[in-house]
Amino acid sequence: MWIYIGKRLLMMVPLVLGITLISFVVIHLAPGEPTDMQTQLNPEASVELQGRLRAYYGLDQPLHVQYGRWLSRMARLDFGDSFAQDHRPVLDKIVERLPITILINVLSIVVILALAIPIGILSATRRNSPFDRFTTIFVFVGFATPSFWLALLLMDFFGVRMGIFPIAGLKSFGHDYLGWASRILDMAHHLVLPVFVSAFGGLAGFSRYMRSNMLEVIRQDYILTARAKGLPERGVIYKHALRNALLPVITILGLSVPGLIGGSVIFETIFAIPGMGKLFYDGVMMRDYPLIMGVLVLGAGLTLIGNLIADLGYALADPRIRNA
Amino acid sequence: MRTLLLTMAVFLILFGCDRRDTLHPVESHKGPVAYGDTIIEGTSGDANTLLPVLASDSASSEINGLVYSSLVRYDKDLKIEGELAESWEISADNLTITFHLRSGVTWHDGTPFTAEDVLFTYRLYIDPKTPTAYAEQYRQVATAQVLDPTTFRVSYRQPLAKALISWGELSVLPRHLLEGEDVTKSPLARHPVGTGPFRFVEWKPGEKIVLEANPDYFEGRPYLDRVVYRIIPDESTMFLELQAGGLDTMGLNPIQYQTQTDSPAFKRQFVKYRYPAFAYTYLGYNLNRPLFQDKRVRQALSYAINKKEIIEGVLLGLGQESTGPYKPGTWPYNSAVKRYPYDPERARTLLAEAGWTDSDGDGILDKDGKPFAFTIVTNQGNDQRVKSGEIIQRRFREIGVDVKLRVIEWASFLNEFINPGNFDATILGWTVPIDPDGYNVWHSSKTGPRELNFVGFKNAEVDELLEKGRRTLETAERKKYYDRFQEILAEEQPYTFLYVPDALPVVASRFQGIEPAPAGITYNFIRWYVPKEAQKYAR
Repeated sequence: MWIYIGKRLLMMVPLVLGITLISFVVIHLAPGEPTDMQTQLNPEASVELQGRLRAYYGLDQPLHVQYGRWLSRMARLDFGDSFAQDHRPVLDKIVERLPITILINVLSIVVILALAIPIGILSATRRNSPFDRFTTIFVFVGFATPSFWLALLLMDFFGVRMGIFPIAGLKSFGHDYLGWASRILDMAHHLVLPVFVSAFGGLAGFSRYMRSNMLEVIRQDYILTARAKGLPERGVIYKHALRNALLPVITILGLSVPGLIGGSVIFETIFAIPGMGKLFYDGVMMRDYPLIMGVLVLGAGLTLIGNLIADLGYALADPRIRNA
Repeated sequence: MRTLLLTMAVFLILFGCDRRDTLHPVESHKGPVAYGDTIIEGTSGDANTLLPVLASDSASSEINGLVYSSLVRYDKDLKIEGELAESWEISADNLTITFHLRSGVTWHDGTPFTAEDVLFTYRLYIDPKTPTAYAEQYRQVATAQVLDPTTFRVSYRQPLAKALISWGELSVLPRHLLEGEDVTKSPLARHPVGTGPFRFVEWKPGEKIVLEANPDYFEGRPYLDRVVYRIIPDESTMFLELQAGGLDTMGLNPIQYQTQTDSPAFKRQFVKYRYPAFAYTYLGYNLNRPLFQDKRVRQALSYAINKKEIIEGVLLGLGQESTGPYKPGTWPYNSAVKRYPYDPERARTLLAEAGWTDSDGDGILDKDGKPFAFTIVTNQGNDQRVKSGEIIQRRFREIGVDVKLRVIEWASFLNEFINPGNFDATILGWTVPIDPDGYNVWHSSKTGPRELNFVGFKNAEVDELLEKGRRTLETAERKKYYDRFQEILAEEQPYTFLYVPDALPVVASRFQGIEPAPAGITYNFIRWYVPKEAQKYAR
């Protein structure tokens, strides 16, 4: 087993190198440079000064030298400083945005599961009933609705007309003066619309998946056996069928873990939430290379670790894999 | 440049307000001048750095403008007045400026401000190790010296018209906090310490920036207690937030101004302002392309464009025709230049004179067997430019000119098309500085790669006028040069000047003391107030 883990870890080294090399080359191939924001179409920036700024950021070096420098910093776990004018460490910028992104993603997955699993089960057990047809239409409408449009409609209705929910941001103006309980309530209040909108679009996938798993399981022989020995239908469905139908869903859930740190630009822009999506998008737009690389490395790392854990799980369960 | 561009680019610069469009605030908000209350302003981007020497984005610059001060500034009539400088003298040969600084001014941390701070800031700007894009005009200085704690003197090698106001674009930084530090690592970037009317309180990245009144401000404490900038990237969300009362001021777009702000409830809560922005949009022709080398062709294209239609269609009427690189109503503007009213017949005649006729009858003009076809490029993300391009495309087609429109992401647009000169024509805009020096955009020496005269305009007389203009300090004489400069541009049409858009800010009606002037409304921001009974926020 230890040999297997060692092999797997060794195999990750060229993989990480490959991912970073390709990312590095691709983002440098895109036209434009970090200094453009300051100097382009700026009447005060002379050509000589543009050259000096490029040298300051090391952009005058050949690409392989730049990659080597980045890699040697990375090897010491130094993500470097952002090329944006704040010159802050990339890691600080990422860490400050991670909690809210993870919070919203976790909440919306919880909401999705809480709705999608019952919807899937009910529409499978009542296949082709009016309920099945209605929920099918409903989840696909959700899937097809542009989130920015839905968000604006909800904000206009609940925020401006009814005045029930706050429109944008995560905290009220006086948030800092509230007690801790009111602070949590205030934040929850702000999160209702964003979480609803982000969950609404994800319902379709999970609920359809749940429905088809359930349908397949119900057709199995052991379900027939359970029914034949006279178990009540509730027991058959929720005790025997559900457990097996849930297994593939759990696998999918595991695969979505790296997605927890990814945000959506459109969604964060609309709700004025300072999350990872906007950070990455702004980084790309201003060609902030260290920041782009930092976010990519983090995403790649999480994906690889996720895969490793999954593989180890399989290996634990199945000796044929670890001995192969 | 920065302090001005910044203020300009952002929405709150309210220049030359049109009073007809100013709604009168409701009576209940009238009352005696009082201290207190908070103004919450919407901004689409987070600030980058609150260290003015490094900042180049409009959000950072606007906040820095409240926290820091400069030696001089423009007053409400766009005349230069003292800020940290009480007075100044310019020597008879126009080469030396001696600033007499205010005494008794302190930094927000209580340290006294002196001329040493000014000298330090100047040296920081021109230090090659400082990554700033704004050093150029300070490199023209030959010597800078501190004569005594309240006297600062700079000398130039040759007279420079912008010399005085360039010291209004330099935010004076605290020497005691920056000396010997690496400027890019300074904590001041996240926690500024200035001499301005507002002090920094807190910055929640991506969320908000809070400032509070500086009780020791040298022109008196501002009436408003706090200024909060809320970062809301999406303009529709920002407008909804304004209507819900979460914002007190923002810049409107033409659709919001014309169609979504007419309800009685909105008019009760907000006052809309409207005035021409310090900016214009143009269609620039690449003069290095054989197609555009004939002046008659460029004139014909200008006659073929209906500017009024573009202003109606794109700006919903909230703008005016542009005839040159200056803003109508400011002193350098020459209203007597040649104009190009919409006249497709005239356009066809001029093109025929230049040899372009439809000889094969396919509806597209041709000459020597080649059709008159070209591509207009513009950048993604500016809807008004794209729409203008579509309208122009249709009008050009009517006179037999086949035009394609390409919209390209900003960085690629600059690096693949504009900088290498790899374009036929482009729709872009410039902000208009208050000083008319146009050397960097129009002089023939500025046509190199990555320089601003990317259309390749070369005219010996213009070169001479621009050189004289930037070396002359006498306004009346400068006006003569710039008037002639505009006449030549109007005749040559290297650009078809399209429109000057209006800035459309809106402010909650509880704020009193706003007096529109040629400089806009924010020039007296520290004198805005909310009467006691109308105040909304206690802290």
